[in-house]
Amino acid sequence: MKNEPGKKVEYQEIEQSLFETQKKIYPRTISGYYANVRWFMVWFTQILFFGTAWLTWNDRQAVLFDLAARKFYIFGLVFWPQDFIYLAVALIISALLLFLVTAVAGRVFCGYACPQSVYTEIFMWIERKIEGDRPARIKLDQLSCPSPRRIALKAAKHSAWIAFSLWTGFTFVGYFTPIHTLTQEVVNFSLGPWQLFWILFYGLATYGNAGWMREQVCKYMCPYARFQSAMFDKDTLTVTYDASQGEKRGSRAKKADYKSLGLGTCIDCSICVQVCPTGIDIRNGLQYECIGCALCIDACNQVMDKMEYPRGLIRYTTEHALTEKLDRHGIVQRMMRPRILIYTGILTLIILVTALSVTLRSPLKFDVIRDRGLPRVTEDGSIYNVYRLQIMNTDEQPRNYVIEVSGIPGATIISDSEFEMPAATTKVIPARVMVPADAAKKGSNKIIFVVRDRDNAAVSVAEKAAFLIPR
Amino acid sequence: MADFINGWWSIAIAWVVVISMLACGVLLWSQSKIKVKVGTDGKPLPVETTGHVWDGDLRENNNPLPGWWMKLFYGTIIFSFAYLLLYGGLGSYKGLLGWSQVSEYEEELKAGDTLYGPLFQKFMTMDIPTVAKDPQALEIGERLFLNTCAQCHGSDAQGVKGYPNLTDKDWLYGGDPQTILTTLHEGRSGFMPPMAGAVGNADDVLNVANYVLSLSGSTHDAAKAQLGKPKFAACAACHGEDGKGMQAMGAPNLADKIWLYGGLDSIIESINKGRKNLMPAYKGIIDDDKLHLLAAYVWSLSNNPSNSTQTPAANDSASKTLASPSNK
Repeated sequence: MKNEPGKKVEYQEIEQSLFETQKKIYPRTISGYYANVRWFMVWFTQILFFGTAWLTWNDRQAVLFDLAARKFYIFGLVFWPQDFIYLAVALIISALLLFLVTAVAGRVFCGYACPQSVYTEIFMWIERKIEGDRPARIKLDQLSCPSPRRIALKAAKHSAWIAFSLWTGFTFVGYFTPIHTLTQEVVNFSLGPWQLFWILFYGLATYGNAGWMREQVCKYMCPYARFQSAMFDKDTLTVTYDASQGEKRGSRAKKADYKSLGLGTCIDCSICVQVCPTGIDIRNGLQYECIGCALCIDACNQVMDKMEYPRGLIRYTTEHALTEKLDRHGIVQRMMRPRILIYTGILTLIILVTALSVTLRSPLKFDVIRDRGLPRVTEDGSIYNVYRLQIMNTDEQPRNYVIEVSGIPGATIISDSEFEMPAATTKVIPARVMVPADAAKKGSNKIIFVVRDRDNAAVSVAEKAAFLIPR
Repeated sequence: MADFINGWWSIAIAWVVVISMLACGVLLWSQSKIKVKVGTDGKPLPVETTGHVWDGDLRENNNPLPGWWMKLFYGTIIFSFAYLLLYGGLGSYKGLLGWSQVSEYEEELKAGDTLYGPLFQKFMTMDIPTVAKDPQALEIGERLFLNTCAQCHGSDAQGVKGYPNLTDKDWLYGGDPQTILTTLHEGRSGFMPPMAGAVGNADDVLNVANYVLSLSGSTHDAAKAQLGKPKFAACAACHGEDGKGMQAMGAPNLADKIWLYGGLDSIIESINKGRKNLMPAYKGIIDDDKLHLLAAYVWSLSNNPSNSTQTPAANDSASKTLASPSNK
């Protein structure tokens, strides 16, 4: 105890840990509009994730990222390492989409589509089915001695979680090695060490993140929460507690006239806190922990219905809507603000350009490398240079290609200039080019190689190279 | 430098590492608790700060990290001990697993050998002309050739000045499969001594050069060639009386239009200064089974009419047009 004379505030100094012990959150189940949207998204994303791996296309897996062969199949498209730019573009599109969605409606991605939320939702469902709802779970954890019932329930829950996690890990690896082969290997216990490692690793990550870490991931690991304030503005829809309606909060009899008691519509039942998967009180205003899942809206509306008060004490609304009393039409009108229009414009442009570029992609790529040796000169003075043509057929069909040279008058290819490329292969073709005497200046001359498809005039690629003539 | 390699340094470094790691743990432990001001009732003051104040009014709020985060830090320290124990790194300590980059590399090589060994073994048991008829063997051979041989002999194997053409029937040391294999294994060291002294003065050299050109019917000065003919006796020891060369010692045939260093000027230079050529020995650098495939590929270039990459027509016309100063 330390008291400084002349100061009214009395305080003491105590030693405190700088680190917080994790408080376990027991979210209460809730049903309602937003809970239904959430469940719809769980089914949608999981059918997509668990289902797509099993689809077949052109006698191969429809979506397969073959790292060993460096070929990435997405339905009709085959991407090669040379197409890496499309991955960058895909990330840019995702980022812009996130900016746009966040500016319009806050962290709806977090609430409905983020794997962390979706898997937590699935794991909580399993937990609820086995251990019961919030009060039952709290009671179970408060039992001081481990009763057989508690051990049985916990064991059942963790087994179910682990089984689901392993299935997730298996599916994930199934995008990198053909999932049908992988199934056989699992059945025969003949998994390769790396497949086994990644199935276990991804499974463990799912189990740990969705079973144990949950909101800790959103609060402490995810950067998105931390820069939400940079993407929000006063016209962004967020889950908001309308203090002007709710305050002053307090309990009252259902029949009582709360207005004459000086109360708002908030009955301080704390259901909104109990349903929150991140354990916050939305009535304290916008917080970085809020993942925008809107379960508190469902919860509050149920209570309002019971109390026969108007719905929407907690609702999706904007800061301006509260301060300027905007109606629904007004909120929609504010959506057409420059920020949103610019995001939409850039996004549309990039998507269009990418779609165009992917459709017009040539199935033929090639590169020319001149042999480092000296040029050959024959008795009649004609000059030979040898080149290596690295040719790639990225198509899933075999193709017939023809090589041509131009750029120096009389330049001809004195070696096989027609060849067949099997489907999805790379080949090195040596090409010997002859230039007649005195057709070009001494030193380095520009020469152009054209490789074209014999059967499809649209497929043709030109590359520059140097033709050396000795001095 | 030897001072740094003795045992004392190893121990000193190991101690520095261990003490640093322990110090990290102590630092973490000592800094994870802090004195905060709370009201006399034990409840936090309205604004909870760590008590640190800068610039008079800048206070550090206390937003505690979760406890598991701090445990992760301890986890990394435990991990580092386990890592150093298993993989080494403490001074010169090698670690329980005995892992090293070299052993990793050797294991990868071994894995590659078990994977591809049977394929190469299959071809090892076949004789070279039979291997040369196998399209798969030729494909492997071509890749080996492009990787290893094409730097000198060219991607199309037709060589350049000083480096022989491998697609024609003219060979310095012989073109039968066994000789090609020997060339690959042992390498070849071609040597022609400077012959100017034996031939005579500059005019004699010019005359002999013209005579050499006349042997293959190339453009030459007939009168000078006539004068040079007797002087060619000095060359005949290796190249033969008729200038047809001698494969046993790799002396080139001068009576055809295939040249390693062709043209009057180059021939004069050869006589005056001699020539020294080297084909490296690949035994031990490339595995025997791969050399076998390479020999088959090289042999196929001049013997296999069905070889896909070199059509006979292209070969013939090319060797003819390339008759002068280019290759062999």
